[in-house]
Amino acid sequence: MTARVKIDDLCAWFGDQQVLYDISTSIKDRAVTAIIGPSGCGKSTFIRCLNRMHETIPNAHRTGQVLIDNADIYDHTVDPVTIRQRIGMVFQKPNPFPRMSIYDNVVAGFRLNGTARRVNLDQIVEESLRQAALWEQVKDRLKEPGASLSGGQQQRLCIARALAIKPEVLLMDEPCSALDPAATHRIEDLIHKLKKNYAIVVVTHNMQQAARISGDTGFFLDGTLVEFGRTKGIFTNPKDKRTEDYITGRFG
Amino acid sequence: MTEDSRAVEISNVANVTMHGGAHAWRRRRESVIYALLVLLSLIPILTTFGIIYVLFSQAFAFFMEVPIMEFLMGTKWSPLLIPRSFGVLPLLVGTLLVTVAGMFIAVPVGLGSAIFLSEYASPRARRWLKPLIEILAGIPTVVYGYLALLFITPIIRSIFPQANAFNALSAAIAVGIMIVPMIASLSEDALAAVPSSLREAAYALGANKYEVITKVVVPTASSGIAASFVLGISRAIGETMIVTLAAGATPNLTLNPLESIQTVTAFIVQISLGETPWGSLAYKTIFATGALLFVLTMLMNLLAVRITKSKGRF
Ligand SMILES: Nc1ncnc2c1ncn2[C@@H]1O[C@H](COP(=O)(O)OP(=O)(O)OP(=O)(O)O)[C@@H](O)[C@H]1O
Ligand SMILES: [Mg+2]
Repeated sequence: MTARVKIDDLCAWFGDQQVLYDISTSIKDRAVTAIIGPSGCGKSTFIRCLNRMHETIPNAHRTGQVLIDNADIYDHTVDPVTIRQRIGMVFQKPNPFPRMSIYDNVVAGFRLNGTARRVNLDQIVEESLRQAALWEQVKDRLKEPGASLSGGQQQRLCIARALAIKPEVLLMDEPCSALDPAATHRIEDLIHKLKKNYAIVVVTHNMQQAARISGDTGFFLDGTLVEFGRTKGIFTNPKDKRTEDYITGRFG
Repeated sequence: MTEDSRAVEISNVANVTMHGGAHAWRRRRESVIYALLVLLSLIPILTTFGIIYVLFSQAFAFFMEVPIMEFLMGTKWSPLLIPRSFGVLPLLVGTLLVTVAGMFIAVPVGLGSAIFLSEYASPRARRWLKPLIEILAGIPTVVYGYLALLFITPIIRSIFPQANAFNALSAAIAVGIMIVPMIASLSEDALAAVPSSLREAAYALGANKYEVITKVVVPTASSGIAASFVLGISRAIGETMIVTLAAGATPNLTLNPLESIQTVTAFIVQISLGETPWGSLAYKTIFATGALLFVLTMLMNLLAVRITKSKGRF
């Protein structure tokens, strides 16, 4: 499998507080990479550096390189907007646009940047909702507000919204943490299907989930990447004592 | 604190004080405080009802003498000079003229500063600017009235020599400026209340800052923003000092802002200050016009409440 995203000596700060230290690793294409680690260790900051969302926070900055297909996304000629279109993101809490219908939520990416007239919206809506395993449940109520869906459905709507703009990489920050086991199961199924076409990075606090869905796992601690490798290896035979402590729950 | 945890806390407190007569004493003291608070809170309620009663009973007496249709539809207002005429339209149109023209200034400036404050200003600048705006809202309106008369009117007359020394436009500009802080402050609250998760969602879909603001933040805050406009209109309708000083005292049925007009409020001031005999028909006009004013602002405030309630969920 080929590396899709390469991260080189990535450091990140909020103001003068450094929260990521010299992270170097790579994300494989058509595979799921899980990011684990205790709260506050920098998991969210790390994946937000991969699609230039980190810089939307006032006073936040970073150094180091993030290469997608060997081109640095932080090169000064690169528009962050195009990067965010190529690298989609799903957030911890489902955040559909409450004033928009289900339909408009799915194509929000096109509506927002005024490109809606150039594409076949109906087709994109159906395709994206099918990919997100939501089409059958909402196809007769596309005009209803996105907020009228259940939490799990809202999260799948957000996934559909991210998929609609045809990203190459999908970043998911604890996509199941607000969901019940049944909804979690459906999202995991979905991730399993999506990995056939995308490079996916999933942040999770759930060790079983990481073990179930991912091929690679990275363990973060206090802003450093302690261990990164095949998920099987990390969970059955961790090289670092701290990794072992964390995944066996002996941490802290 | 949740309902439950409060109940637990109260019962804990009760347990502690249960010893001896302390408990009974404490209960008595609490019921006295309770009664006192109820009494105090009744004062504003009773005052409001009292005012409404006086207003409407006197207005009713007025409408016994002047048919309400003549009052609402008449186009000539001359309550003091014979032949008398009680058509309120000139006053109403005067009020609306000042209000509408004032809102043309207050809405763009107020909303613009709200967007700047909430979306562009650095946190440090915001900490300075927000209180500054709120201080601006505290400037007495008589100051704005003088501002209109001594500063705005001369400018208007240098541009439009035909403008009257007292004119609706000058008052409207001052009213608009007066309302800006209110709209800016309330709209900024509404914008700041838009969850940052929605901004993040929009950025993550490849929207730029301008698109995030115009297509996500402002639409999501639209009910709060609309409510601030309506409250601004309500303020403008009720504004008295500026229009009394700057807009003139000529009940003129006109839409020309350069002419001297009279608003409903300015008329009430005029009669209140004059030596109109108590109980005369002219005296009762201020209650009729006052009731009209009350109904207008009341409708506006109800509208504002409705707007915020109906769509104010994120
Ligand atoms: N907006 C912010 N401003 C300042 N500091 C922040 C901000 N967001 C996060 N931090 C800090 O950066 C560090 C890393 O935070 P991050 O959100 O990346 O952790 P995380 O691993 O995702 O935690 P969690 O599992 O709780 O989501 C933390 O110490 C946090 O306090
Ligand atoms: Mg996080």
